[in-house]
Amino acid sequence: MSSRPFLRIDNIHKRFGPIIASDGVSLQIDEGEIHALLGENGAGKSVLMSMICGMVRPDEGEIVYKGVPVRFNSPREAIRQRIGMVHQHFMLVPNLTVAENYILGRGSAFRVINDIDKVHAKIRELSDRYALDVRPDALIEDLSVGEQQRVEILKALFNGIDLLILDEPTAVLTPQETDRLLTLMRDLVADGKTVVFISHKLDEVMRVSDRISVMRDGRVVNTVSVDHTDARGLARMMVGRDVGMELVRSAAAPGRLVLSVENLICRSETGLPAVRGISLGVHAGEIVGVAGVSGNGQSELALALSGLLPVDSGRVVLNGKDITGLAPARINAHGFSHIPEDRHKHGIVQSLSLSENTILQRYDQPPFAARGMLSRRAIGTHTRDLIKRFRIKCHNENQRIGDLSGGNQQKLVVARELARNPDFILVNQLARGIDIGAMEFVMEEMLKQRESGKAILLISTELEELFAICDRILVMFHGEILGELPPDRARLEELGLLMAGKTADHSEQPTLAG
Amino acid sequence: MDDMMFFTFLAALMGAAWRLATPLIFASIGAVFSERAGVLNIGLEGTMLVGAFCGFAAAFATGSIPLGLLAGVGGGMLFGLVFAFFTITIKADQIVVGAALNLLGMGLTAFLFRTYYVSTGKGIEIAQPVHIPWLSDLPFLGEAFFRQNLIVYSTILTAILATLVLYRTAFGLTLRAVGEHPKAVDVAGRNVATYRYAAVMVGTGLAGLGGAFLTLGHSNQFVEGITSGRGFIALAVVVFARWSPIGAFFVSLLFGLFYALQLMLQAQASVVVPYQVLQALPYIMTIITLVFVRGKGAAPSKLGQPYEMR
Ligand SMILES: Nc1ncnc2c1ncn2[C@@H]1O[C@H](COP(=O)(O)OP(=O)(O)OP(=O)(O)O)[C@@H](O)[C@H]1O
Ligand SMILES: [Mg+2]
Repeated sequence: MSSRPFLRIDNIHKRFGPIIASDGVSLQIDEGEIHALLGENGAGKSVLMSMICGMVRPDEGEIVYKGVPVRFNSPREAIRQRIGMVHQHFMLVPNLTVAENYILGRGSAFRVINDIDKVHAKIRELSDRYALDVRPDALIEDLSVGEQQRVEILKALFNGIDLLILDEPTAVLTPQETDRLLTLMRDLVADGKTVVFISHKLDEVMRVSDRISVMRDGRVVNTVSVDHTDARGLARMMVGRDVGMELVRSAAAPGRLVLSVENLICRSETGLPAVRGISLGVHAGEIVGVAGVSGNGQSELALALSGLLPVDSGRVVLNGKDITGLAPARINAHGFSHIPEDRHKHGIVQSLSLSENTILQRYDQPPFAARGMLSRRAIGTHTRDLIKRFRIKCHNENQRIGDLSGGNQQKLVVARELARNPDFILVNQLARGIDIGAMEFVMEEMLKQRESGKAILLISTELEELFAICDRILVMFHGEILGELPPDRARLEELGLLMAGKTADHSEQPTLAG
Repeated sequence: MDDMMFFTFLAALMGAAWRLATPLIFASIGAVFSERAGVLNIGLEGTMLVGAFCGFAAAFATGSIPLGLLAGVGGGMLFGLVFAFFTITIKADQIVVGAALNLLGMGLTAFLFRTYYVSTGKGIEIAQPVHIPWLSDLPFLGEAFFRQNLIVYSTILTAILATLVLYRTAFGLTLRAVGEHPKAVDVAGRNVATYRYAAVMVGTGLAGLGGAFLTLGHSNQFVEGITSGRGFIALAVVVFARWSPIGAFFVSLLFGLFYALQLMLQAQASVVVPYQVLQALPYIMTIITLVFVRGKGAAPSKLGQPYEMR
């Protein structure tokens, strides 16, 4: 390891109007290390990384890279200095191929593209070398999120990098994909590259990083070597108190049947069979989990239940009323809440304010509307209340929600859906991008909802999340429910087998509750 | 109609269809460029009128058709510059600016025409069909395909060139990306606004050319409102063609066929339908295609939206 630091960030300040995103942040990254960056939602991690890669310009302070002070005016300049970043939201053009995305912006603006074969060859070579499994001629819009992420990482390698920055790379990955990514990070470091990555998942941080920095309120409050800490210590550094994942949970007391699904069949947006005959029931006062490797029809199940995807056959009954094929707004009106997988697509309207986003489904109902007019006061009070209760980090309720950090956007969606006092709550990936403190809080909220007699269906690829709060866990494979298990960590292996599609002949038959 | 007459009719119909499709081909291929970059220019009607007028005025003054065509392109682009300035630089609403430019185009050309030309009553020499040895003399095929003027033939070249530019050059690649994910283009180090200006210029230049064809290759006069809705039909063509230049070429031909059919049926004594109904045929077809062809899926996702680097 060299004596001078590879990257030194010195007392950087950055404000967005009245909002202070970086408040004198300093950080040192050594050459050839994997450096993890932790911190609560809105602590300023993404903004700091954006400044290193030229997306955002600091107001004050210095960035010294390979011993020279640098000031990037655009991401292009950072790329030239061999700094690559994979953003929380990908920068890939969906209607172009992988190779076309890579050559975007390269070379003369008017040249004829005649070297695409060479580009393809180079992509294949890099893909083979790091086992990335990227096809150069695939269209981006046909790829899954995990594949797109590998395309993004390969793009950085294609451009040539010494420093790779990954912003919450594992938030959208399945556990298998995560393992693969962590291995890749190790391979990159073995090749002499340096990796900085942001994550809210302490176990993977402990597994892969060499050093860990914790941010709070726009500053780095501590940097530790991985040998000198553990997950508990990290959690304490982040939120300033102990975070135990053991939640107290009363014994299940399922009440009446709230949601029942009978033999539901539907196709994905691309027209392929996705849900192949699912039947299940969720009772008042219970949390039913749906486990499975992503891509086994869970997304489509959630969309079909909430009316966002047409149903081919089968029935969805909520509170004794057939809601199959109703418009989403009608379904919502029947006491149905939905915390969607993709908050940007189905959860929020980025260009609207926090207030406007909290009343999206109820803008025309009292107390938010009176005599055909919006009641600003009631809306403001309600939103401020949610902001306080869920500790959403923002300037005020009239701010554009798109400017909030990713985790804080998610918190608002959760807050809004719970505040609607539903009978049934459909959750697809509860904790996407929220920090451990907030995660604990949100899980407690879910348990409170359960206590108060709500029926909850929780779809998740995070087994920990399922074990922590579910009363029973259904396993989905190839659009079908293969079996049901209690949330018993001792039966983890069995769960894993079911998720891989292997039913043990003697035991559980597909359970058709309802 | 006996067989002989039917074939004559068919040949004349096809020949007229291509001629009548020509302004649509130029305008719709132009619109493919601007829409691929995310700019929806509903001001095409006004732009085509300006092109038609400028083409006419230049040819009137110089007697040269090439100069007239050049003036048509130039006039269209000048109009496009106004559109681009307001929608890209000022970030005004594209529909509002487009509508304003339509009104401006109609008013301005009518005013200038009445002030300077209407009293002269004179027309201009229009582009003549080129005689291609052997091919033009073929029975049926000659009349159907090989007795057009050079401007009509150039539509094939335009469609091919547009396809090559859009799919085989760095410029086209970036342009397509700008309409889908402008931020990615920005991050890749290209200026989104520059590409949108360029796309609007290509679009309005071609629309101007389409307009100029009306006065220089079709009728020998400028008439107020000579485009009679072709700018709007071109927008429908683009949707039907799913934003592809080659598609725009063939869909325009289809619409040209409706125009030609309408004209030729009016001339047939045996057809008893009121001529107004026939005249409405292209417009009715436009509405029908827009109802049945839901091209939403293929539309550039940032169509009509200004871009702001944050
Ligand atoms: N463009 C912007 N305009 C206004 N405020 C912004 C903007 N970008 C970030 N912020 C604010 O800066 C602060 C830090 O945000 P940042 O995205 O860096 O958080 P983060 O640590 O990445 O959080 P998360 O874990 O939720 O992703 C937040 O309060 C956020 O609202
Ligand atoms: Mg972030």
